[in-house]
Amino acid sequence: MEPLIQVQDLVKVYDLGEVKVQALRGVSLSVERGEFVAIMGASGSGKSTFMNILGFLDRPTSGQYLLDGISGERLSRDELAETRNQKIGFVFQGFNLLSRTSALENVELPLVYTGTQTSKRRGMARNALFQVGLEGRSHHHPSQLSGGEQQRVAIARALVNQPSILLADEPTGNLDSKTSAEIMGIFQRLNREVGITIIMITHEPDIASFAKRNILFRDGKIVDDHVNLAPSNAIGERAEK
Amino acid sequence: MTRLLASLRIALRALMVNKLRSALTMLGIIIGVGAVIAMIAVGSGAKKRIAEQIASMGSNLLIVMSGSSTSGGFRFGAGTVPTLTVDDAKAIQNEIPAVRYTAPSITGVVQVVFGNQNWSTVAFGTTPEMLDIREWSLSSGRVFTQQDVDGATKVCILGKTVAENLFGGTDPVGQIVRIKKVPFVVVGVLSPKGQSTWGQDQDDTIFVPLTAAQKRLFGMQFPGMVRSISVQAREPELMKEAEDQITDLLRQRHRIQPNQENDFSVRNLAEVMSSQEESARVMSLLLGAIASISLIVGGIGIMNIMLVSVTERTREIGIRIAVGAKGRDILLQFLIESLVLSLIGGMMGIGLGVAGTLVLATFTQWPTLFSMEAILLAFIFSGSVGVFFGFYPARKASLLNPIEALRYE
Repeated sequence: MEPLIQVQDLVKVYDLGEVKVQALRGVSLSVERGEFVAIMGASGSGKSTFMNILGFLDRPTSGQYLLDGISGERLSRDELAETRNQKIGFVFQGFNLLSRTSALENVELPLVYTGTQTSKRRGMARNALFQVGLEGRSHHHPSQLSGGEQQRVAIARALVNQPSILLADEPTGNLDSKTSAEIMGIFQRLNREVGITIIMITHEPDIASFAKRNILFRDGKIVDDHVNLAPSNAIGERAEK
Repeated sequence: MTRLLASLRIALRALMVNKLRSALTMLGIIIGVGAVIAMIAVGSGAKKRIAEQIASMGSNLLIVMSGSSTSGGFRFGAGTVPTLTVDDAKAIQNEIPAVRYTAPSITGVVQVVFGNQNWSTVAFGTTPEMLDIREWSLSSGRVFTQQDVDGATKVCILGKTVAENLFGGTDPVGQIVRIKKVPFVVVGVLSPKGQSTWGQDQDDTIFVPLTAAQKRLFGMQFPGMVRSISVQAREPELMKEAEDQITDLLRQRHRIQPNQENDFSVRNLAEVMSSQEESARVMSLLLGAIASISLIVGGIGIMNIMLVSVTERTREIGIRIAVGAKGRDILLQFLIESLVLSLIGGMMGIGLGVAGTLVLATFTQWPTLFSMEAILLAFIFSGSVGVFFGFYPARKASLLNPIEALRYE
């Protein structure tokens, strides 16, 4: 079976008029199904640009990227949106939930754009909330939830379409260490028990230590890529409220 | 379908979040649609009234007026000096086939007295054909006859207004009124006709036999002379022909040399009316156009608010695009939002327009007329305004770059 993610000589240049910024200078990488990868690097190292390209939110200037055999190169804007919807779940640093909308409806959001029937949508969204342990909070609005709970809603939203990969950009950046551990617990459980592939950006070494593989970016290149032989265990961590 | 319903729900919720803002935005459309409806109602009311007045004047009507004549260097206006005769009227009737009826008449302001009541009105000395020409019926009594005209009988027919002012509620038929102190027997009362095109009360009048008027009321210096002759042509198409033939006939009868001016004039009332109808049409078009401008201004208000809304919700749009919303999903969401704004505004505007028109009609007594088409048109127009002015903001939203949108604070 071929790898889930295949990246070959990825280059991204931002043309800012007078100056051209080289965000990625030839990145090659492959990720197998079921991996849990942490990408580290200082700000400006190109890790966010890399994530955007992995998430089909942006296109590389040159180089090859295949997700599950799909290349975004020739896809239109709408086809990219469809691929994101089907294959990718996003978890952001700022949670990015719709305010004034219940947790359940936030989780339903990706399903709205696939035209899923309302009743089926409800069921799938409830199931995803159950996976992150928030089944009792489905009718709360984001403002009524703690940071950790909001991020769990975001994870449920990322999971609801059963994507091939979960992309998390600094998922613990806005959380305290206890809550961060709880989120990592959820990631580890989803990875081990459900077999979901996760790629996560972080700049905190303790957070990276929960992943099975650590990659370090510097100046738009991968400078280190090693398997974490003894990842920390966060399963069972609970930041009880 | 599911997507459309979902979009509708999202749009409604977004509008509910900013209730005051949505209401103010709608106000522009409400006023616009209300103005369009009210203006169309006023315009078509005026048109309808003119059409009624044309009908009340009598159809295919030509009026031959006597004079202008020149006497010792003084030129007199039409009708001041009688140049027409009863014989002219008879000749027109007998010699021109396009003519159905003629009625010679003389008019003058008279004071009418009954008991302790008195009233000033316009008396018409004429023949019974006048009522046929004007298509005027009686509400009670009878018309005076040709015998009454031949014998200069002192009988009269009262207009509705005169009857009401002199007799109140009681039936005037058989009573004796004094016109210019001369006693006349009331033989009939005319049915009401309302105002004429130029705002004159057509019911404020008295009809008496032509001869009685000549002898008893106006003491004509020239017996047999009349001020005007009313002529009804057989068909509307024959109006022009009748007009030309009357002119030729009268020039011949009055022995007017080819280089001399007519000592009479022929007026085609249908032409006067149709020009008034035309001006009413232009007027209502103008009113509608001005009202439409306010609707367009309302549309610009929607566009403005939608642009603000798109900017405010950049992050939300970014989230939606990231999780898989296509361009048309976002486009539809914002388009529905502006459409809902404009359609709800349109519905409320219809209410405002109808209510406003009723209030206007009550206070000004203007004639108004609602038509289903106008209301439907205003509603559809408001919807189109919503789509037209909502499209640009919606398109702008649908083209946002998700990465930048997600980063937007």
